[in-house]
Amino acid sequence: MTIDDQRHHQPHDLLEAIGGAPAPAGDVVVEATDVQKYFGRLHVLKGVSLTVKRRETVVVIGASGSGKTTFLRCINHLEKIQGGRIVVNGHLIGYRETDGKLVEDRERNIARQRMDIGMVFQRFNLFPHMTSLENIMEAPIRVRGVPEAEARDTAEALLERVGLALKRDAYPAQLSGGQQQRVAIARALAMKPALMLFDEPTSALDPEMIGEVLDVMEELAHEGMTMVVVSHEMGFARVAADRVVFMDDGMILEEGEHATLFDNPQNPRTKEFLSKIL
Amino acid sequence: MRPPRPRAAFALLGVAALLLVLAGCSSNRAGIYPYQWNIFWDSLLRPSPKIVNGIWLTVSIAVTSQIIGVILGIFGALGRLAKFWPARILANIYVWIFRGTPLLVQITLLYYGLLVARIYGWPDLVVLGITLPGQIQAGIFALGVNEGAYMTEIVRAGILSVDPGQLEAARSLGMTYPLAMRRIVLPQAARVIVPPLGNEFNNMLKTTSLLVVIAVPELYVTFEQLNGSGSTSFHPFELFLACAIWFLLLTTIWSIIQAFIERRVGRGYGGERPPGLFDRLFGARIRRVDDPSQVSGGR
Repeated sequence: MTIDDQRHHQPHDLLEAIGGAPAPAGDVVVEATDVQKYFGRLHVLKGVSLTVKRRETVVVIGASGSGKTTFLRCINHLEKIQGGRIVVNGHLIGYRETDGKLVEDRERNIARQRMDIGMVFQRFNLFPHMTSLENIMEAPIRVRGVPEAEARDTAEALLERVGLALKRDAYPAQLSGGQQQRVAIARALAMKPALMLFDEPTSALDPEMIGEVLDVMEELAHEGMTMVVVSHEMGFARVAADRVVFMDDGMILEEGEHATLFDNPQNPRTKEFLSKIL
Repeated sequence: MRPPRPRAAFALLGVAALLLVLAGCSSNRAGIYPYQWNIFWDSLLRPSPKIVNGIWLTVSIAVTSQIIGVILGIFGALGRLAKFWPARILANIYVWIFRGTPLLVQITLLYYGLLVARIYGWPDLVVLGITLPGQIQAGIFALGVNEGAYMTEIVRAGILSVDPGQLEAARSLGMTYPLAMRRIVLPQAARVIVPPLGNEFNNMLKTTSLLVVIAVPELYVTFEQLNGSGSTSFHPFELFLACAIWFLLLTTIWSIIQAFIERRVGRGYGGERPPGLFDRLFGARIRRVDDPSQVSGGR
């Protein structure tokens, strides 16, 4: 146990650390239209459409196998799509349009689009051969070409604000799951993304570590980061979500403002699912 | 339960005792073989310029060939793992040919074959003021290309051992595939690659002696020449014993260097330390494993 863990650290001013809230081009940040996805013959996304506005936090819930994680991974083109289109910040993601047909874009262009889309993984996926600080500095330096001193300042500011200033030189293997996930969030933020994607960020954590990660995410939502979160954390959804989306069998079955979806579900599948997890 | 293994040190003592007995026989039965131990001691303690040159050649050929092998291995592995199918086929054919034919044949074919058929004459090259004879070039080339085929498989295994989530995380941060490979995947693969790479280089130091067939005057060839001519003529026991000790010295120095490299690439993983020098030298247990089938042998 270190000083860090003993007192409860309130995450603060995360966006200030990366130079204020990033301003996306339009009011709509994510516009997914009729997204179709197959794994071989398995039809996993059957026409998913979703719009996320600037400063909005959308929480996606649904049973495992409902396609929610797959959909999230399509938003930064970690998965190819077979139909429909996803536009982030006015850019068609992963594809370019030639003669009305969508052709997969060049690797370099896709990489450029991903620079503005932060992603946090269920299993953290920190780089184990780098310290916390190096994990956070790596992409700004190598991808954005930020000078090392500036990247270091930003990384230190972010670590301080997620409560891990003392862990700057620790390797991921020396951190708890909750600490690793907070570093992972800082790593994604260091790229100054316009949008953050969270793929079940707390489901690989021990119960007592979930709170420290949700605190950071809540703070981020309140500061106005645009977020799409796949999670079953109802407490988080209640305080942070502007909208909750229920997915089932590759489709969005129901959407609700704030947490109304929990209190007054309309669709019988939603009711059934909520009765199991609440 | 496994039977307790005799300590490696005792085995070593046994070998030393055997040598003493052999030496002892010589005094009793002098006349059968005229031992000249000064040849042995001189070769070790006061090596002639020829021997020093042989050591230098062995080391420099081994290092250069291994570097070529590692570079070819990285590209070979990336080729074998590529989505682009011609790259996969090319890499597969390369590994298939160079692992599937004897190194000795490759050396002979690449030097004599090409030379005599007038396909490539291996002319001397002058690099940084040093003249590099054709045989040495051919030797380095053959050893390097052969090694590349083995390194391809080692590097490929290393890359496959890295969690695919690492590449995804790198790409989600906007890294391109080459950048993610160079900065994220290969450094982690290195931890898995270095121990077998150490084995490979240990082999390489010794395998240079195959260059005897194209008359590269490296360490083994030097001793063979000493055995064949001059005042040291026909003293194979003393000469090759000294030769063996020279090779043992080289591989020992390498195992010390390897331990440093392993510690370096193991940063961030904590836990188990690389095996110590004693275990490394005498091949004593590196890790206690209850199931012996989990212990794999080298090539």
